Amino acid sequence: MNHSQNEHTLKAFDGDLATLRGLIAEIGGRAEKAVEGAMTALTNHDLDLARQVVEGDKRIDALEEQIDRMVIQTIALRAPMADDLRELVAALKISGVVERIGDYAKNIAKRVALIDPAQHIDAARLLPAMADATRQLVDDAFTAFARRDADLAVAVCAQDKTVDDFYNSIFRALIAHMISNPEHVGAGTHLLFIAKNLERIGDHATNVSEMVYFAVTGQSMNERERGDDALAPGAD
Amino acid sequence: MLDNTATSSTNPKMSARDVKVFYGDKQAIKGVSIDIDMDNVVAFIGPSGCGKSTFLRTLNRMNDTIPIARVEGDITLDGENIYSSKMDVVQLRARVGMVFQKPNPFPKSIYDNVAYGARIHGLAPNKAELDQIVENSLVRAGLWNEVKDRLSDSGTALSGGQQQRLCIARAIAVDPEVILMDEPCSALDPIATAKIEELIHELRGRYAIVIVTHNMQQAARVSQKTAFFHLGTMVEYGDTSDIFTNPREERTRDYITGRYG
Ligand SMILES: Nc1ncnc2c1ncn2[C@@H]1O[C@H](COP(=O)(O)OP(=O)(O)O)[C@@H](O)[C@H]1O
Ligand SMILES: [Mg+2]
Repeated sequence: MNHSQNEHTLKAFDGDLATLRGLIAEIGGRAEKAVEGAMTALTNHDLDLARQVVEGDKRIDALEEQIDRMVIQTIALRAPMADDLRELVAALKISGVVERIGDYAKNIAKRVALIDPAQHIDAARLLPAMADATRQLVDDAFTAFARRDADLAVAVCAQDKTVDDFYNSIFRALIAHMISNPEHVGAGTHLLFIAKNLERIGDHATNVSEMVYFAVTGQSMNERERGDDALAPGAD
Repeated sequence: MLDNTATSSTNPKMSARDVKVFYGDKQAIKGVSIDIDMDNVVAFIGPSGCGKSTFLRTLNRMNDTIPIARVEGDITLDGENIYSSKMDVVQLRARVGMVFQKPNPFPKSIYDNVAYGARIHGLAPNKAELDQIVENSLVRAGLWNEVKDRLSDSGTALSGGQQQRLCIARAIAVDPEVILMDEPCSALDPIATAKIEELIHELRGRYAIVIVTHNMQQAARVSQKTAFFHLGTMVEYGDTSDIFTNPREERTRDYITGRYG
């Protein structure tokens, strides 16, 4: 990256940072798997898998707590400065954001049992592609963290527009479908919320990327770098 | 690129330009330029032996007392060259006071420790005025309440932290414009240290203050500007908040993050 990664004179500090990076990689990996699992469960109407995703969220919550404790401890005991300090602050924020990603995945998984697989709603056919794009964003955001890669972090933010575009078209298609097929309103609404959840996960992947960018460069990512934030219907 | 200069102030109290210091053949300071203004506490940080004390001592010509030391470059106080032959060095050291690492009260009463400089400089024509100077200085140094009932006790009988505040009172008593402090807390416990740091906050603005510290947390706590020294050069000078969160120079970053070899 833009500076050397010499070891700290105090070796235990390097150990702390390595442990923390490991935990961030783990929580990020689990969040990504949860998104993937929830969507696979939806596609295959696999209630077992959906339950596993819901259960697995506890592990994500526990990891978040562990990361927070470790960051606070490291700040108190090692008095970090400069990029070390920025990385710790970023880790603290990222753990909170990932916990939210896990919640959205869990929310998707919970809806699987509520959607009648017999009702085929073609208007939602883009949902798996949207899920793929979203999962990729999460993956890239955590790769950017692991590699301290500011360019990749910027790319994630730019890519979030793809997810927003998916959401916009799925939103319109589902609304139109529900208007002409009132008997599908129940399932359609669940699918709409699932699309919304994916859109929010994409936003959180960009939040992670912004923190990575800050940790690496010491600057906040400006609007120009991240590209315009298109307003999605129902975006908050 | 900033290189060794930090000369942005519009109306600096003190200015150093291309200052070099030699001890015999050995060059300890290799061309340092810096402006020091009234509004900010300036901290000098850097590994031991990098020249912080040496450079600090150039600001009130303390290096004159070291026979092999030789200073080159320009240093001004309110625009006046302090190394000019017209400069009265005793007067200069009253205007630019100094507090050292180890508290060094005279083996005299608390009162006399503070009154000493005021007497020498003829600042008090009578006893009442001298009393007032002593009291004011002790109040400003945050020591008055602790010693007002025992001003005739020996200064050396005070605790380390009290002795250091006594030394600050002694510096203040001659009405200085600049106060230089060379690791003033390194011999003190955390509570005594906190009191000195609080004192530095209170003195800010009234005096230009430069503090050398090997404790980066302390630099972060007490200063608004920080200069990082390394091997006789000033590597980086800037707002303390920037230096500690996002230093520009690799060497600064390695030092403050504890990666310095
Ligand atoms: N009185 C002296 N005589 C000779 N060399 C000195 C003297 N004082 C300091 N030095 C040398 O000058 C360099 C800078 O020392 P100093 O200013 O004390 O550094 P710091 O205060 O940053 O620890 C060191 O190499 C030191 O050995
Ligand atoms: Mg020194």
